[in-house]
Amino acid sequence: MTALLDVQNIHSAYGLSRVLFGISLDIAAGECVCLLGRNGVGKTTTIRSVMGLLRPTSGRVVWKGADITGWAPHRVARAGIGFVPEDRRIFPELTVAENLAVGARAAHRPGRWTSEAVFGLFPVLQQLRDRRAGFLSGGEQQMLTIARTLMGNPELLLLDEPSEGLAPLVVEALLTQIGELKRQGLTILLAEQGVGFSLALADRVYVLEKGEMRHTGPAAELRDDPELRERLLAL
Amino acid sequence: MAPSFLFSQFMGGLTTAMFLFLIASGLSLVFGVMRVINFAHGSFYMLGAYLAWQVMRWVHPSSGGFWLAALTAALGVGLLGVVIERLFFRSLYGREELYQLLFTYALVLILGDAAKYIWGVDQLSVSAPPVLAGSVRMFGTQQPLYSLFIIVLGPLIAFFGWLGLNRTGVGRMVRAAQMDREMLDALGANVRTIYTGMFAFSAFLAGLSGALVTPIESIVPGMDVLIIVQAFIVVVIGGMGSFWGTFWGSVIYGQVLSFGILILPGFSLFSVFALMAVILIVRPWGLFGRPL
Repeated sequence: MTALLDVQNIHSAYGLSRVLFGISLDIAAGECVCLLGRNGVGKTTTIRSVMGLLRPTSGRVVWKGADITGWAPHRVARAGIGFVPEDRRIFPELTVAENLAVGARAAHRPGRWTSEAVFGLFPVLQQLRDRRAGFLSGGEQQMLTIARTLMGNPELLLLDEPSEGLAPLVVEALLTQIGELKRQGLTILLAEQGVGFSLALADRVYVLEKGEMRHTGPAAELRDDPELRERLLAL
Repeated sequence: MAPSFLFSQFMGGLTTAMFLFLIASGLSLVFGVMRVINFAHGSFYMLGAYLAWQVMRWVHPSSGGFWLAALTAALGVGLLGVVIERLFFRSLYGREELYQLLFTYALVLILGDAAKYIWGVDQLSVSAPPVLAGSVRMFGTQQPLYSLFIIVLGPLIAFFGWLGLNRTGVGRMVRAAQMDREMLDALGANVRTIYTGMFAFSAFLAGLSGALVTPIESIVPGMDVLIIVQAFIVVVIGGMGSFWGTFWGSVIYGQVLSFGILILPGFSLFSVFALMAVILIVRPWGLFGRPL
């Protein structure tokens, strides 16, 4: 099995403060892989480094065999990597429909995800299509962020902390929806603090600690072994 | 005062307003989208005027000559905008205001001197196109056709500008870039290209207004600084980055200037600065702007 995305030993820093110390990970097509770890261990930085929002100081990011390290974010997006940021950065003054249109136009990758298809997955957005995105609830904004990225028909979805700060009921709905995306064959890299949330979705996990890879293995291993979970995540 | 006289003042104020709108809208657009205050915007206006004069000399002053000159000048300035944005402005985005101020002020000096070097310091003028050379009688006054043309053109450009920004795909991208540049880039849009396009469009508008003002005002060194101060007042009154704010800010400015002269002759600009001061005290973010 060849990897769709292959991150090779990347180091990343914000100015002088170094965050990642040699992170390697790979994802095969159709897999759902989860980056686990507490706040500040480098999950977001890893995702930003893949996306080109932060240039790794060393190491390589390989996408379908091509070295994309240091590419501008829009080139990475057009190559088929969809980015869903942690802080739900919808365009607040645009309507829901306009946010989706921007997603489609920006990526310029026509495919199966149209407004109709997206509304099929997130029916609540259809009723809100003419509402300004800034007026949506947190959960609705999170769905819109994912929907907007889907409009670019990515082959890999980078999801950064999708469940953060959402009510349990909303998290449950989101879990079903992301599960549906996975079932449809979309490759997903999920960064999460929520162990329950990630273990419900992931095939494999990477556990990060202080910018280094602490553990990697099948998600089932962590699901079935409370002791291992305790030791790795100290929860 | 006779009503016809007041009407004349009103029309004069409106003409001033529409020119100011054409210039200030570009200034406001660049600030709204890229968060850069471009002091050299008035220099683009000045170059538009000189270029129009130059093209008028080259072509025979035929009936279409003026329009050709205006369009060529606007396109020329737009092109210069592309070059300046790609070479210099790129490194200014996200920098402190002081750097932006220093750089764009330097650009004002350089472009001003370049214009003096090429076209000299004498007043130059361009005559109105033959079609619009006459005047019409309105409410017992003679109104130049050319002024009426400007008064119609301003709202037309405002309307199409608004339409473009709010009802087209490109406009949506521009508004998205204004709200979150990095996010838009990560969705796949080349924001650099959008910025260059917006800057060029804003320079085009400044060049166009500079070319169109030539039949009304003579072309002199210093017109760049004079206009940028006025355009700034308009943008501050209306609210930085607000489209309709710039429009109504221009209209208010034109009328206050026009009627302020009657109340305080010799202090024509005083009334405008007083207006700006009052608005800034009551609404520091301008009439249509939002608190930062």
